Amino acid sequence: MKFGVVIFPGSNCDYDAYKVVSDVLKEKVEFLWHKETSLENYDCIILPGGFSYGDYLRTGAIARFSPIMKSVAKFANRGGLVWGICNGFQILLEAGLLPGSMLMNSHLRFVCKNIYIKVERNDLPYTQTCQVGQILKIPVAHKDGNYYISQKELLELERNNQVIFRYCDENGNITEASNPNGSLANIAGICNKEGNVIGLMPHPERASEKILGSDDGKNLFWSLVQHTNGASN
Amino acid sequence: MKKPKITKKVISDHGLSSEEYKKICQILARKPNFTELGIFSVMWSEHCSYKNSLAVLKKLPREGKKLVVKTGEENAGAIDLGNNLAVVFKIESHNHPSAVEPYQGAATGVGGIMRDIFTMGARPITCLDSLRFGELKHQRARYLMDGVIRGIGDYGNCFGVPTVGGEIYFEDCYLSNPLVNAMAVGLVKKNKMAFARAAGVGNPVLIVGSSTGRDGIHGATFASEEISKKSEFKRPSVQIGDPFTEKLLLEATLEAIESGYVVGIQDMGAAGLTCSSAEMSAKGNCGMEIDVALVPLREENMTPYEIMLSESQERMLVVTKKDKVKELQKIFAKWDLNSEIIGKVTDDGILRVKNSGKVVAEIPAQALVVGGGAPVYQRKTKRPKYLDKFNKLKLSKIPEPKDYNEVLLKLISSPNIASKIWIYQQYDTSVRTNTVVKPGSDAAVLRIRNTHKALAVKTDGNGRYIYLDPYNGGQIAVAEAARNVVCAGGKPLGITNCLNFGNPYDKEIFWTFYEAVMGMGKACRILETPVTGGNVSFYNEDTDQKRAVYPTVVVGMVGLIEDLKHITTSWFKAEGDLIVLLGKNKEELGGSEYLKVIHNLVKGKPPKIDLNFEKNLQSSCLEAIQAGIIKSAHDCSEGGLAIALAECCITNPDRTFGAKIKLNDKIRVDSLLFGETQSRIVVSLAKDSLKKLEKIAQKYKVPMAVIGEVTPDRLIINDWIDISSEQLKDLYYNAIGNLMGD
Repeated sequence: MKFGVVIFPGSNCDYDAYKVVSDVLKEKVEFLWHKETSLENYDCIILPGGFSYGDYLRTGAIARFSPIMKSVAKFANRGGLVWGICNGFQILLEAGLLPGSMLMNSHLRFVCKNIYIKVERNDLPYTQTCQVGQILKIPVAHKDGNYYISQKELLELERNNQVIFRYCDENGNITEASNPNGSLANIAGICNKEGNVIGLMPHPERASEKILGSDDGKNLFWSLVQHTNGASN
Repeated sequence: MKKPKITKKVISDHGLSSEEYKKICQILARKPNFTELGIFSVMWSEHCSYKNSLAVLKKLPREGKKLVVKTGEENAGAIDLGNNLAVVFKIESHNHPSAVEPYQGAATGVGGIMRDIFTMGARPITCLDSLRFGELKHQRARYLMDGVIRGIGDYGNCFGVPTVGGEIYFEDCYLSNPLVNAMAVGLVKKNKMAFARAAGVGNPVLIVGSSTGRDGIHGATFASEEISKKSEFKRPSVQIGDPFTEKLLLEATLEAIESGYVVGIQDMGAAGLTCSSAEMSAKGNCGMEIDVALVPLREENMTPYEIMLSESQERMLVVTKKDKVKELQKIFAKWDLNSEIIGKVTDDGILRVKNSGKVVAEIPAQALVVGGGAPVYQRKTKRPKYLDKFNKLKLSKIPEPKDYNEVLLKLISSPNIASKIWIYQQYDTSVRTNTVVKPGSDAAVLRIRNTHKALAVKTDGNGRYIYLDPYNGGQIAVAEAARNVVCAGGKPLGITNCLNFGNPYDKEIFWTFYEAVMGMGKACRILETPVTGGNVSFYNEDTDQKRAVYPTVVVGMVGLIEDLKHITTSWFKAEGDLIVLLGKNKEELGGSEYLKVIHNLVKGKPPKIDLNFEKNLQSSCLEAIQAGIIKSAHDCSEGGLAIALAECCITNPDRTFGAKIKLNDKIRVDSLLFGETQSRIVVSLAKDSLKKLEKIAQKYKVPMAVIGEVTPDRLIINDWIDISSEQLKDLYYNAIGNLMGD
């Protein structure tokens, strides 16, 4: 399986995602410069965390106009796997590849800590090695992770089972106290209707080795590898 | 703009004395013009020249087999780690800008220290911040702290380097003059290091990164005078940070250095283009000719004076090989950054500044720099009167508390002791996936990829101790930082330091400076941790309030953990484990947080330290850790043994523990529980490891005592203390947030 990790000016988790694929999963991975337009030969495109273009205007608002984003949209429309982590999620929202938008955290401060998320579905390429209801311990690190969507669209999102991860406590209870940023319905991650494009605020790439305090995030990477390599076998 | 005439007032407004002005005229063999005066003024400012501190700093131990660059010669210190790797690190103050503009002041402090690291070809791996504010009951203190924390967070988080540690104290001497010291640590392949040296006559000189504006003009001069009401008007002297551009500059710079096209490179910090061009020329024993008309500007009609003195951030000066300019410029263009040729290296030793071809300044580069023509002063010292008054402490007159539970609960809620979680949760602590031990333990730990090694990093410096006994306090700052690194499983390698003091022309203040530096030096010699570099910040005074900060030495320590298996944290791991105290309890209460919080006294002499004993203590602890028998190690510092034990119970991120402790020492109970006697470490270990630990302690002649056992959920000490760990935890983690109103 081959991953591509996009580097926008200001990406800063590009290297972390790259290293998980190359060193932990031992799969193929390449960096993709934001001015690239060809995404042939990749199975999954990762839009990494960071502060693309400084995010001085609104998170992801400029990155969506990067040359590579047109190709990412085409790649997604053809059914390709597109995975936005943190800033990558924010960019996918701005690009309209996922519904909703991001507000500043309800406490108006940056937050970096380990949190727990609950897996809502495991019929996706990203979660197929997880159990429904499984609790993953993964860090968040963001100032704008407060997911918002209109009430009507939220209903539709829920009806389509597009919510993949919700913030929860260590026992899996979806509570206000376990929500690190004020996201609607404790939403930590969502997918498009087809399930090939996902975005989440927590950083699985920072929780993929035991020495870093948790390797729960590795599940997501493994699922993709099994999905893809299984399909090609 | 018309060039002002150089009058006595213009000279003194530039912070130059009449003697210094005379010396300038001698060097030039003529009177300087306005631009030249500006250049001398920033280069000879305290901030850039170290003119009042250099003679003292030279007495510090600056030798060591593992030092890769000479102390103070490059932008940061560097120590050999083996595997062709060196760790590059430095600490620097941004106190004055943070006092008037906390957000940008702190942000650019982080930016500046990061550039010092990557200008050497090293990738920054972490940042630490040592902060001092007034007590949080003051609105001013809360305002400054909020701005500083946001500034550090927004800059470091965007830049993509984890901020993993530091320390904070709250004392009212810092109310209007906070201390903001930022330390950065980086890793570089030894054979890929870059240096701040110009070379090769005719080689082009480029300015890269951001364009130049009017921000930060005379920042260095501003940093060399006291804080007062008038300082508010100096806000335009504060630079504005752009972490996004810094991130691009980081990647482009490392790519450029890796390419081999870079001959020499220096970042632009204090005194911007002036300092970088003068220092690179002086170090390379050559000259430089630059034309300010070629510098990319972000504002119109800037004068040569303004361009030379601007402290606009995120800029570097690069000397490249003549035939590689195009290739080098391609790298910066890829990252959407300016890279303009503004001049060339010459052989006459002169820093020659032109404006569209017309010479506007001509100064021998050597005359401007530290170790060259910059002035060096021997300041007078006098033992301060306050010492006799404050050092007197009759313990017999201090009543012993009746309820020790109450005392412990008060102390654990004191912001100087309570968890700093409210702060470090606003910092990205895990980006780049190397942080193995996050803030909250004795020292933070970062793994070194592709090896089995890790680095332990820590800053320390108790200003109150130094205020009460500068020599002893200076020693303790080093010893504590080293002890913290040892508790994490690391061998202390070396230090960087930031010296924050008042006006050096005040004899009493200079006495404390001299004594503290000597104490620090002695500790570095005995603990074998050479001084690799650092920074001095004088004039930390509020002239309106007539109040100087406590003399504050901040030590930044880096240690090497030889094997990832040795990484140790401070919290208990399992019920039934034995709790052992390495070291000895003594009756010492002077300068303690207990005296301050419970008795409202800042008095006495801080605890004594015997550095040879300290060294043995650290060696025994490290050997036991390396032998694999230590489950947790935590040093006793502010709040003493009782606080150390409480922290061991409540800081494990996975679960809370308790402890049942029996102490038999025949000393005052308050002193036994809350005295801050040095050279003590609380360790926990499995029962069957005790014999091994006894052997190691014997070898180093370190006294040890089994003082108790890890239990489920209460901290019990003799019949003095019995509190649920949950209650302690609640106070410990929420104290600062509650005071900040969050």
